[in-house]
Amino acid sequence: MEIKEKIKNLIDSNAVCLFMKGTPDNPQCGFSMAVSNVLKHLKVNFNGVNVLDDQNLRQGIKDFSDWPTIPQLYVKGEFIGGCDIVKDMFEKGELKKILKEKKII
Amino acid sequence: MALAVEEIKKLITSSIPDASIEIKDLMGDNNHYSAIIKSKMFNGLSKIDQHKLVYKSLKGKMGNELHALSITTEEK
Repeated sequence: MEIKEKIKNLIDSNAVCLFMKGTPDNPQCGFSMAVSNVLKHLKVNFNGVNVLDDQNLRQGIKDFSDWPTIPQLYVKGEFIGGCDIVKDMFEKGELKKILKEKKII
Repeated sequence: MALAVEEIKKLITSSIPDASIEIKDLMGDNNHYSAIIKSKMFNGLSKIDQHKLVYKSLKGKMGNELHALSITTEEK
């Protein structure tokens, strides 16, 4: 399967999809850990996709989102942002608002 | 590979000329930075597009030579 198609499937079939280094229970990078912890804190049921398992995916998701860094958070198919944006939105209460609007929490 | 503070500033201002930039070397290792960038070019853009402008100014170095740059963007 084309990597683009694979990514599209992942974000379509998981309401909240976090592309990260490592797994939610064993993150391999501080930034991935930070976003994962924010989602856990908000009691969000999410799918953590470990990009370290797949070199194609690691580069593919950067091209797909036109975003050069990992982690990347998708909610209902929409790119929300990377670590800085997600943390900022969390602190301002905006993330919770979006998740509620999209009926995730 | 690491990138010096002055080099990062130069790259950003080459694409965002009016940027006020404040960069901190978080660990003193020329590799983990945080930057606060203010520019009129951010006005009216979403956070995602603001960050994309900064990433583009770094010309592919982000995620490569530059491992960790935490970005805060503000409108001017």
